[in-house]
Amino acid sequence: MNARSSTAHSVVEPSLTSRRVASVLVIVYAFVTLIPLFWIFATGFKTPPDSISYPPKVIFEPSLEGYCNLFTTRTRQTSEYIAQLGPPEGICDEVTRRREMVIAGTSNYAPRFINSVIIAFGSTFLSVFLGVMAAYGFSRFKVPLKDDLLFFILSTRMMPPIAVAIPIYLMYRELGLSDTKLGMILLYTAVNVSLAVWLLKGFIDEIPREYEEAAMIDGYTRLQAFRKVVLPQATTGIAATAIFCLIFAWNEYAFAVLLTSGDAQTAPPFIPTIIGEGGMDWPAVGAGTTLFLIPIFIFTILLRKHLLRGITFGAVRK
Amino acid sequence: MSKLNEIADRAAGATPPSLAGAVRGLSDKSIAWIFIAPTIILLLAINIFPLIWTIYLSLTNYRANRPNAELKFVGTEHYEKILTNPDIWAAMQSTAHFVVWTIVLQTVIGFTLAWLVDRKFRGHGFWTTVILLPMMLSPAVVGNFWKFLYQPQIGLFNYIISFFTGAEPSSFEMLGSVQLAPWAIVIVDTWMWTPYVMLICLAGLRSIPDYIYEAAEVDRASNWRQFWSITIPMCLPFIMLAVLFRGIENFKMFDMVNLLTGGGPGSTTEVASITLKREAFEKWRTGFSSAFAIILFVTVFGLANIYVKALNKVKSR
Amino acid sequence: MKKFLAGVTALAATAMMAAAPTPSAAQSKTITLCWAAWDPANALVELSKDFTTKTGIGMKFEFVPWPNFADRMLNELNSKGKLCDLLIGDSQWIGGSAENGHYVKLNDFFGKEGIKMEDFAPATVYAYSTWPKGTPNYWALPAMGDANGWFYRKDWFEKPELKKEFKDKYGFELAPPKTQTELQKIAEFFQGRTVDGQKVYGAAIFTERGSEGITMGATSSLYPFGFKYEKTPGKYDMEGAVNSADAVKGLEFYKSLYKCCTPPGYTDSYMGEGLDAFKSGQVAMMMNWFAFMPGMAKDEKVGAKTGFFVNPGEKVAASTLGGQGISVVSYSPNRDEALAYIKWFANPDVQKKWWSLGGYSCHNSVLNDPSFKTSQPFAAQFLEAMGGVQDFWQEPAYASLLQAMQKRLHDYVVADKGTAKEALDGLIKDWTETFKEEGKL
Repeated sequence: MNARSSTAHSVVEPSLTSRRVASVLVIVYAFVTLIPLFWIFATGFKTPPDSISYPPKVIFEPSLEGYCNLFTTRTRQTSEYIAQLGPPEGICDEVTRRREMVIAGTSNYAPRFINSVIIAFGSTFLSVFLGVMAAYGFSRFKVPLKDDLLFFILSTRMMPPIAVAIPIYLMYRELGLSDTKLGMILLYTAVNVSLAVWLLKGFIDEIPREYEEAAMIDGYTRLQAFRKVVLPQATTGIAATAIFCLIFAWNEYAFAVLLTSGDAQTAPPFIPTIIGEGGMDWPAVGAGTTLFLIPIFIFTILLRKHLLRGITFGAVRK
Repeated sequence: MSKLNEIADRAAGATPPSLAGAVRGLSDKSIAWIFIAPTIILLLAINIFPLIWTIYLSLTNYRANRPNAELKFVGTEHYEKILTNPDIWAAMQSTAHFVVWTIVLQTVIGFTLAWLVDRKFRGHGFWTTVILLPMMLSPAVVGNFWKFLYQPQIGLFNYIISFFTGAEPSSFEMLGSVQLAPWAIVIVDTWMWTPYVMLICLAGLRSIPDYIYEAAEVDRASNWRQFWSITIPMCLPFIMLAVLFRGIENFKMFDMVNLLTGGGPGSTTEVASITLKREAFEKWRTGFSSAFAIILFVTVFGLANIYVKALNKVKSR
Repeated sequence: MKKFLAGVTALAATAMMAAAPTPSAAQSKTITLCWAAWDPANALVELSKDFTTKTGIGMKFEFVPWPNFADRMLNELNSKGKLCDLLIGDSQWIGGSAENGHYVKLNDFFGKEGIKMEDFAPATVYAYSTWPKGTPNYWALPAMGDANGWFYRKDWFEKPELKKEFKDKYGFELAPPKTQTELQKIAEFFQGRTVDGQKVYGAAIFTERGSEGITMGATSSLYPFGFKYEKTPGKYDMEGAVNSADAVKGLEFYKSLYKCCTPPGYTDSYMGEGLDAFKSGQVAMMMNWFAFMPGMAKDEKVGAKTGFFVNPGEKVAASTLGGQGISVVSYSPNRDEALAYIKWFANPDVQKKWWSLGGYSCHNSVLNDPSFKTSQPFAAQFLEAMGGVQDFWQEPAYASLLQAMQKRLHDYVVADKGTAKEALDGLIKDWTETFKEEGKL
């Protein structure tokens, strides 16, 4: 804040020093913020003893034991029993036997991960499908009580999930939708559709009406104009909306833990229950968490440009 | 990306032709309703009907684990019990502590970061994306892992703190001590959500037209003055919006805190949603917890409405 | 590192295989058994292979870690879920599960198949099978006997220099304690001491808040000090029993044990944390369920150095009851197969193998066998402990009662709120309210 900077530079162009200082501070913050993420990743490649060693080990010999434990269940055997077995099949067999255990079967991680994929993508498709229609309706037509309806759609997001879960639990129990993928897809769709409507309405509002009107003069019906003119223009918006819906459904925990127990359980309620012999199997938890986070990392990078709009319900546009 | 295009394509092609034919002659008004109705019906079925049911249940002694027991109307008894229950008030206090401090910290750090990023140094786009990562993650999975980071002996957090302060790592317990646990959850939430506030503040900073600063330069206003009389007021609606969204989210907070502390030690970090979960899904006092749910909903809804009015006033200024 | 990279490929393959549903061989049907994820569950997987061989019915297992087990399974039952055909549910669930129709009543089946409850230890039948308590209405077959006991480091207890120092300081031998007070002295003695070059602590005890941990831990002191739930059984007259002078002393004792003698960070620990501390050589003693003793005795690091003792008495001898019965879930579409499993499991030969694999059989033919007491280093202790077990309320409202106790105890012991008397008085208030809501008061 000295005289030099205010005279030599316009505010729009910050001075070199201030830029340097800013870059150092931001990069330091970025590194600090990444430490926990790095630790999750690193723990996935530790052996169980390394993961709980004191002081915490930053340098260690990488091992796949965490990933092996994540995908298998194991039982303890006597060393005599293990000695009489044939040569180990694959690396997981080898690391398991080193702990005097044998692989007894596959764990539930893979099925739970697949449930996450099915439920997240299913509900995303439905919410975007419903959302794009409703958004078009709200954007182009005079709907009575439009503002009230839009606000009503938004207010459904203000309920704490546990509060919503109470009646849903009873309703699903009567309808036989407890612990079903369909039930979870419908629920996530209902939660996400509010986001989809608000976001997509913003995107569709930006498409000039003149395009459709011109198409309709050329003989298109309203629906054809919607399909052939509006939708292609809204592709980016639809993609961005889809990813935001996907992220919510992917990360959701409260509904999943209360309304599912096995067949439809997703990964977030499952990961905290990964235990080894005794306490938590931290390398397996690290491995499971890493695998679960990778899709989100990719989405974040894809989404950079639309992030702001998505997380503020379209209230802020860049 | 191809998957997304595919979804978009499928969404585009999903209107069945027969329907299209049938509505060809329909007025815009009919089309509007056909487009909007499915969404409204879904929301009525999965949001509004359950809400009304919750209100009804809150007036009864219903318990979800005794579906066959005789149902009795108890009027507003549950509401009276809740509003006079010291444990519920303690939970509301824990929630308030959590909401207020996360908002304060996230706003201060988030705005500072946004201001720094807005210096537009080389590579600021990349570093912004890096900073944003924590907020995209699953709060439950993150909460679970922070439990590990907070372990007094083997955890990284205590180790790093002891590295800088020289204190023995096992001399303090972030999750086990009554004094520290409320801050432990604030720290994790701040780590996760500061980038969110930063992003909104950044949009605010970028929305300020250059000519305003140029005019201030002409008036020879100091940088300090420019900051307080231009930057802050122009950003205020954005900051308030961030506060609104974080406030609502953290008032509803369940997943991260539940996995991190489970409400402990004792009931120190038992935020409202955890109390609600215990009443509804562990003690199965469905009627009682429905009443609590309604109270929470009215609270969020009421506070948010008041706040939005204030926000609009600031915006229109 | 090279090996490591090669492993990544192998791992990817494993993951793919895990993802693809494994086609079951010509098995007519598969049933799912739900239980907690712990050592005995692995033994049951091993045991059940015989069942599949014999009947051709496939077995699937759903094991949930203890801290989530009650929550998840009661939720499953209340939502009429079809996940579990067989459920090895905790003893306290039986009241609610019987009254709300979650479990199939087994009397007719037992009669038809000639399964006699007299063949099982009476304490286990009472605790794991009957509702209302003590009546001949059976909702489960006793599957796993269990009580809370203690593990200790025999090698440390036998070090001559420690033995001498201990005797000089406290005036009695360093050996498995006979009373709770002795137990605390020993824990105090080890707390912060350096043994074998490592800093060690006195005892790992239960302090978990979320499910049942601290209640199970504290009752292990409360019962021996003379805590009672009611003055007259069945009358719910808790005043003067729950908060009697003895009960207050017991709770104060548990807090002092927690304060003086646990490792750092033991504010929310249950079975898993205890096992970790004990196996890594951090503690001299650990409170934990008998269920873990077979596994511990085989542990590669500390197995041979571990001894076991029954929860010490004080005024009376008493242990906190664990253990479960196996029930058929009434929403299961595979009731016949599930009953076939119970029939098979009740067989004395299967029960014998169950004990040898590390499960705690409740069958008299196993327990009364002359060789039983010497078959394992914890077998005699098991019989002794089961002779003096006390259980928490088994009322249908057990979850509310337990939640109240968890909160009151954790607030007092860990969060330092109020006094022991206040905590127990508060508990009576909470419990009275629950029983009033239940119409029992």
